[in-house]
Amino acid sequence: MAEPARLPRLRRARGRDPLGLRRVMADRLLPLLVAAMALLAALALAGAEGAAALAARWQQGAASAVTLQLPAGTPPAGVEAALAALRDLPEVAEARLLDRARLAALLNPWLGEAAPEVPLPVVIEIALHGLPAAPETLAARLEAAAPGATVEAHGVWVARLVALARSLQAVGFATLALVAALAAAVVAVAVRAGIAARRDAIAVLHELGATDGDIAHRFAARAGWLTGLGALLGTAAALPVLALLADLAAPLLGGDSGGWRGDGVARLRAGLAALPWAALVALPALGAALGWTSAQVTVRLWLRRLP
Amino acid sequence: MVRFSGVGLRYPAPGGDGAVREALRGIGFTLPEGSFHWLLGPSGAGKTSLLRLMQLALRPTEGEIELFGKRVGRLRRAALPRLRRRIGVVHQDFRLLAHLSAFDNVALPLRIAGRTEAALRADVAEILRWVGLADRSEALPAGLSGGEQQRVAIARAVIIRPALLVADEPTGNLDAEQAARVIALLREMHRLGSTVVVASHAMKLVEAYPAPALRLDSGRLVAHG
Ligand SMILES: Nc1ncnc2c1ncn2[C@@H]1O[C@H](COP(=O)(O)OP(=O)(O)OP(=O)(O)O)[C@@H](O)[C@H]1O
Ligand SMILES: [Mg+2]
Repeated sequence: MAEPARLPRLRRARGRDPLGLRRVMADRLLPLLVAAMALLAALALAGAEGAAALAARWQQGAASAVTLQLPAGTPPAGVEAALAALRDLPEVAEARLLDRARLAALLNPWLGEAAPEVPLPVVIEIALHGLPAAPETLAARLEAAAPGATVEAHGVWVARLVALARSLQAVGFATLALVAALAAAVVAVAVRAGIAARRDAIAVLHELGATDGDIAHRFAARAGWLTGLGALLGTAAALPVLALLADLAAPLLGGDSGGWRGDGVARLRAGLAALPWAALVALPALGAALGWTSAQVTVRLWLRRLP
Repeated sequence: MVRFSGVGLRYPAPGGDGAVREALRGIGFTLPEGSFHWLLGPSGAGKTSLLRLMQLALRPTEGEIELFGKRVGRLRRAALPRLRRRIGVVHQDFRLLAHLSAFDNVALPLRIAGRTEAALRADVAEILRWVGLADRSEALPAGLSGGEQQRVAIARAVIIRPALLVADEPTGNLDAEQAARVIALLREMHRLGSTVVVASHAMKLVEAYPAPALRLDSGRLVAHG
């Protein structure tokens, strides 16, 4: 007696898939390939986001690439002479005296309200034309130009780190684009194989008055579902790795790592909290959209050969 | 209803060296609405080619085809599916979808036209009853005899109540009794108002059902009427 109840459901399922795409675009290979690519994409995405965060945080440090300190009590004429000498150096874009108010403000946390009475050093901020190849030689040249000065060139290193982080970010996004292109190509190949396997059925549907949109929609729905599923699996698989990386990076970003005080679970939890969730959640949706679009384009281009 | 004027069709030769094979040349005729015509001619005369032009599965390489009062050559490609949905086609080799049941094969044109499941069930069941296959609706084509498959194909062609019904040797593989039954179904569609064109070799059947004929020979229309 189970037969009559089961048959209509079976029939409806089959009827909705007149091209038999469930068979020719099976749910194994394509989602697995896409899952592997989504894993790479998630790593690249998190890498790019992390690099961007690092760069943004370090940017401030890099803004004043080099500072130069003259001993407290240097007479104004001496300061002017040092500024002039520094401005004459080819790599110096700008040399500017840090005014006492700002200096006091900067030192306030350490010196408190007593600041005005303490003799303050004279600080010159120097902006450079570019990042010097050898900060040490530059420091020596600056010290020679302003006798008695001490040069603080940490900013040069920070600027290099920022440049590195920006490059990593660019590499991350380029990887993301490459993976997306690859996924689109894989979907196109799978769809073409599906078309080849169902050529006759497609011709029948076409002759019965199905529009290109009808036929493309059937492939696109299937491809979108399979790539969305694959992207979801791949992203989920990437999460633990990303969480641990995020936990390692946390101190660099001014956050808290679970690792220095907690166990593995705490680290994982701290890392998970730090992940770029919006981007990661968007990944499966983007995967589905990519699969859908790639299938639409592939099928519609192919159908143009029919009258 | 159907008008061909100066229609020619050339296929690219199998060699693909730019040579062509001329299947039809200078075909001109008019089929009035609600008429029944036989399409006769020896093997290779171009009957299938002509029917495929008529069902908009091929475009002519020259000349003009007019269907339902519209010059097909002037229509955008996107306008053709609407016309195709008014044409029922029975192929010599059935062209049923092997992975779909008889029911789903017959339901296909309605689903393409966007009919809901609830709205199509009764119609499909009725047509299957009409062709005598009410109890075979869940069978796959591979499980049906040639005559049964042919009747499924006819059911699929007529379920949309086509304004134009074309059948390409619909009795080709059938014994005399099955063939007579198929022709009776096609005549019934004609009686219900469809314009019907049937290509056939079976002169016995043609003689049994006298009707106007288009006669092809070597790609030329040699007689009409
Ligand atoms: N797809 C094709 N490519 C190249 N030539 C073709 C093609 N289809 C048909 N032809 C040729 O066109 C001519 C007409 O063929 P068609 O199939 O229309 O004849 P027919 O009258 O239907 O023959 P039959 O009675 O055997 O079915 C034949 O010479 C055939 O070889
Ligand atoms: Mg033929």
